[in-house]
Amino acid sequence: MNPVNYLYLAALLFAIGASGVLVRRNAIVLFMSVELMLNACNLALVTFSRMHGNLDGQIVAFFTMVVAAAEVVVGLAIIVSFFRSRHSASVDDASLMKL
Amino acid sequence: MEALIGLLVGAPLLGAAVLLCGGRRLDRTGHWLGTALAAASFVIGLILFIDMLGREAEQRAMHQHLFSWIPVADFRADVAFQLDQLSMTFVLLITGVGTLIHLYSVGYMEHDERRRRFFGYLNLFLAAMLLLVLADNYLLLYFGWEGVGLASYLLIGFWQHKTSAATASKKAFLVNRVGDIGLAIAVMLMFTTFGTFTFGPVLESTGAAGEGKLTAIGLMLLLAACGKSAQVPLQSWLGDAMEGPTPVSALIHAATMVTAGIYLVVRSGAIFNASPDAQLVVVTVGAVTLLYGAIVGCAKDDIKKALAGSTMSQIGYMMLAAGLGPIGYAFAIMHLVTHGFFKAGLFLGAGSVMHGMNDDVDMRKYGGLRKYMPVTFVTFGLGYLAIIGFPGLSGFFSKDMIIEAAFAKGGAQGWILGSCALLGAAITAYYMTRVMILTFFGPERWSKEGPDARHPHESPKSMTIPMIVLAVGSVGAGFVFDLNESFVHWLEPVTALEHGHPPMSAMTITAGTVVALLIGVGTAWAQYGRRPVPVQAPRGSLLTRAARRDLLQDDFNHVVLVKPGEYLTRGLVYLDHKVVDGFVNGTAASFGGLSGRMRRVQNGFVRSYAVSMFGGAVLLLAATLLMRAV
Repeated sequence: MNPVNYLYLAALLFAIGASGVLVRRNAIVLFMSVELMLNACNLALVTFSRMHGNLDGQIVAFFTMVVAAAEVVVGLAIIVSFFRSRHSASVDDASLMKL
Repeated sequence: MEALIGLLVGAPLLGAAVLLCGGRRLDRTGHWLGTALAAASFVIGLILFIDMLGREAEQRAMHQHLFSWIPVADFRADVAFQLDQLSMTFVLLITGVGTLIHLYSVGYMEHDERRRRFFGYLNLFLAAMLLLVLADNYLLLYFGWEGVGLASYLLIGFWQHKTSAATASKKAFLVNRVGDIGLAIAVMLMFTTFGTFTFGPVLESTGAAGEGKLTAIGLMLLLAACGKSAQVPLQSWLGDAMEGPTPVSALIHAATMVTAGIYLVVRSGAIFNASPDAQLVVVTVGAVTLLYGAIVGCAKDDIKKALAGSTMSQIGYMMLAAGLGPIGYAFAIMHLVTHGFFKAGLFLGAGSVMHGMNDDVDMRKYGGLRKYMPVTFVTFGLGYLAIIGFPGLSGFFSKDMIIEAAFAKGGAQGWILGSCALLGAAITAYYMTRVMILTFFGPERWSKEGPDARHPHESPKSMTIPMIVLAVGSVGAGFVFDLNESFVHWLEPVTALEHGHPPMSAMTITAGTVVALLIGVGTAWAQYGRRPVPVQAPRGSLLTRAARRDLLQDDFNHVVLVKPGEYLTRGLVYLDHKVVDGFVNGTAASFGGLSGRMRRVQNGFVRSYAVSMFGGAVLLLAATLLMRAV
């Protein structure tokens, strides 16, 4: 199959993720959209790796996964504690620097 | 002997320093200290005078170099004194009349709790005035000139709790400042022209400078003289200066300080001799002022202001004589000295009257005081006879000489100046007779009972003795000076005497003067002696009303100088607010507005930041792709 199709898919996924980040209010959904964008990047990296015939892109994809995992850990913790204090998961409620 | 010259200035200066810094400890003795130091200065002056008489006329000038004041490369300004016949005359007048007035003030200021300070200022004045007449260069003279201005300011405003006194002193100071600028410019011009401002070199090398430059220097000197001597157009301050205590009016604003302008013109005679244009302006100023002051003096009901108008007019005579050149210098100084005697005496008399009348100055509320104040009456009367030029008294000799010299100027100028002087003599006789009648003759117009009651009484000895001495001087000085023309010959080495030739005989002119005097006295008697004097001043003719307002001098100044000045400052303030401040404030406001708009971007909503980032990334990407494509 033509590898360019994978790139189209990656762009589509990224666009979905980006629009999700921009239009949704719920922090969890936002988070999921970010993950979607990261994975779209990963797909693009792996595709380029395949197209160019070297492994650099795949290695970077691994790094991205590790960073994404760490981000999820920190980010979810923040969201949980935020939800505890505000009883809301809307990011628009978090527009102030302090309570 | 030279060493004594410094002491002349030093004694009163020491008095001023001790009295002004000594504090309340000196309250009980300070006035005697001040008087003693003034008297010491007078005694030193007498010793120097006798010493001077013992030498040949050409050898009489003495010099004393004290120290180098400002030595910078070629520029030299020294504190050095020159005592010649002209300075000597002034020294004796200043210290003599000064001592008498110190003595008078002891009684006059007895109930003033700030008497010590008053004497300190008086001594300061004496020191500054002596410095002025003893200086041997124009820069040191300028120092003394400012010193007397300061003393005058302090003493006019001595009762500064009265608003009128405070504003009067400010007015005197400001008007004098205009004249002082003239002196400053004259000194600078001298330095650029002659390279020095010592009297000797400047006055001997006038031939080397162009006439235009000399005229400029002469006119600037005249401006200075006009300010200090209250001559038109800078005369407005003298009437208000009468707010000061009466001894101050007598010493500073009648006998000595106001004649400093005459000293300046006579001292700078060589400059004026070489510039006929400047001389013409001097005589014009003199002639205008002598009539101006006389007319003002006719309309005033305030005894001191009437005398102030008279002072202005008499100094006008001196200015006129000084502008005539070598035929007039000696007579200007002679009239200055006799005027010093009789005008100081008249002011002290006026002070004595006020002392007995609870400081009331309105002559319309006097009348018939000769019974209550015999000594004041006699001394004032002698001063009165002297000033109107009663034959045989001092004013007669000096004024007659000036009128003669004015006619001797020659041509149409001589006739105009001579007639002005004669007319002035008639008006002088008129207003002085008016003062005399209103004060000492006629019915008693003051209230005798009620809260406003007056109890006229003779003044204490410390006040009457100086009045008696000055009255003797007013009677005798002219005769002594005229004996073999002794005064004129005494001044000859300094002022270079020339005899004028009037177009008619001296006897005719004298007769004319006497007729003018009789007309003046007769008119005044017809108006005030024969008819009762209303206590409330009648409305009077247009001229009378104008003269009461100093011939609209203040109104003129207000319209021509004060108002435009106000508009100018208002305009400048407007400019400052709107343009200068406007630019600064506008810049700040525009930055403030801009940052206010920028702040809205930082709204705290995470998704709007995300949009910015996203937009930015898209823009960068698009830009990169675009660059690639191109």
